[in-house]
Amino acid sequence: MTSNRLLLLAPGLAWLTALLIIPCGLIFVLGFFERGVYGGIDYTLTTENFARAVDPLYAGIFLYSARIALTAVVFSLLIGYPAATCIAKQPKRRQMPLLILVMMPFWSNYLIRTYAWIVLLNREGLINGALTKLGAISEPLPLLYNDFAIVTGLVYGYVPFMILALYSSISKLGPELAEASTDLGADSWRTFLRITLPLTLPGIAAGSVFVFVLSIGNFVTPDLLGGGKRTMLGNLIYDQFLTARDWPFGATLAFLLVALMMVLLTCQAVFVHRSATQEEARA
Amino acid sequence: MSAANPTQRWLQAHLGLVYLFLYGPIIVLIVLSFNRAGLPTAWTGFSTEWYGKLAANTKIINAVQNSLIVAFASTAISTVIGTLLAMGMEARRPHPALEALVAAPMIIPDIVLAIALLSFFSLLKMTLGLHSIILAHAVFNIAFVCTVVRTRFKHFDRSIVEASIDLGAGAFTTFRRVTLPVIAPGVIAAALLAFTLSIDEFIIAYFTAGPGSSSTTFPMQIYAMIRFGVTPEINAVATIVMGVSFVLVFLSQRLNREVEA
Repeated sequence: MTSNRLLLLAPGLAWLTALLIIPCGLIFVLGFFERGVYGGIDYTLTTENFARAVDPLYAGIFLYSARIALTAVVFSLLIGYPAATCIAKQPKRRQMPLLILVMMPFWSNYLIRTYAWIVLLNREGLINGALTKLGAISEPLPLLYNDFAIVTGLVYGYVPFMILALYSSISKLGPELAEASTDLGADSWRTFLRITLPLTLPGIAAGSVFVFVLSIGNFVTPDLLGGGKRTMLGNLIYDQFLTARDWPFGATLAFLLVALMMVLLTCQAVFVHRSATQEEARA
Repeated sequence: MSAANPTQRWLQAHLGLVYLFLYGPIIVLIVLSFNRAGLPTAWTGFSTEWYGKLAANTKIINAVQNSLIVAFASTAISTVIGTLLAMGMEARRPHPALEALVAAPMIIPDIVLAIALLSFFSLLKMTLGLHSIILAHAVFNIAFVCTVVRTRFKHFDRSIVEASIDLGAGAFTTFRRVTLPVIAPGVIAAALLAFTLSIDEFIIAYFTAGPGSSSTTFPMQIYAMIRFGVTPEINAVATIVMGVSFVLVFLSQRLNREVEA
């Protein structure tokens, strides 16, 4: 039976080892080498790439990316939380179709969904056109090729994940606790702040980490909606590989991105684990 | 389920706006693709000429062919390997490291996997082309197939496998006659999702396609068109791509649901 199981696992393990673990390990190793004169890799050990990554120029890009990603997280939460609550309150058989409807866009082409926002936001776009026609504005608003456009694109792309994560947390709460709180005289706002919100923190944490990680490493959205004027971490890595041809430094940046992701995921896992044990202790 | 109180009504209005936010931009593109002028500023009459232009665009036709080759090949590989992996993982409670390994390709940023594979392929001095995109796409597709198929095992009664073996059937016969029929809808659903993911994937394909335009995939072509500027042709492309993706995902969801019932 055990040998059978290994036989089943072997092809998948082999594929993922050869084309995921080894290449990602390679990225880590590459960061310790120097860039070759003609863009290749010079196999001389150095820690210079890591020192360079904390240079104010690159640290600035890192902080800017983090700020954009964090803004996207906040707006995804503000949009996603009421939406997930509403879905969780529907009759059971309607919840699944509503969730599938939320996730549908995720499965379709991200480039095209991003492009749709160029059509909506550009100077001659749908929104500016409509506002001009209504006489609300005389000059087109600068909606595209700025931080606003990037955040809009990121929220649009990733709010489905947030809703899904929040839903799985909110739907686990029965109505009993909220009812008890209301019966004891708390108004609905107080009930939300003191009961519902703390109990759904694991969902908030999971959704936030997801949106943050996907946003900070994004390449397409800053490139198309930021008009290439603003560089985020994803674009910086892209440039190091395809334009500057400094692979070791690009690899260092990618490694730092993955490291950040691991730290956030670990924090989230610890957090969820702790609130689960607390719940057990309470029960 | 009437909107009994104002909070409930606010929530429902909000949810409606969220769906508008999610689908509005897509609907705009679909409508514009049939606009004669092709521009969002004015409706100048119904026309299918942008679709005609597409059909005559050899660059796009070529890119679609490449994408279909990549999607079919990576789906075939990942459906077989991912299903086997799922069966292996469901046979016994899998080690957390194995769980993490399968989750990794789904959460790792695209750009990281893209440069990791490019570095690895160039270290091996491998010639890049459609085959390297197929190898790369199979990485995340194996993870997705495995995850989808594993959800089918949640309702799987393992005693029927034991019964089959007790009655003298071999491992392969048991798989073909007992396990496969039960998980088949999940496997097909997973394959449809893998196909959709592969045909829409851009960054990893972009990095692993190598220089030259012979292995340009459909999303790479779309990216080039968008970078070039807003043209009505893209709206027609978008409508077709969205249509195909939605049909595939819809079918996949239907299959998944039947088993639960």
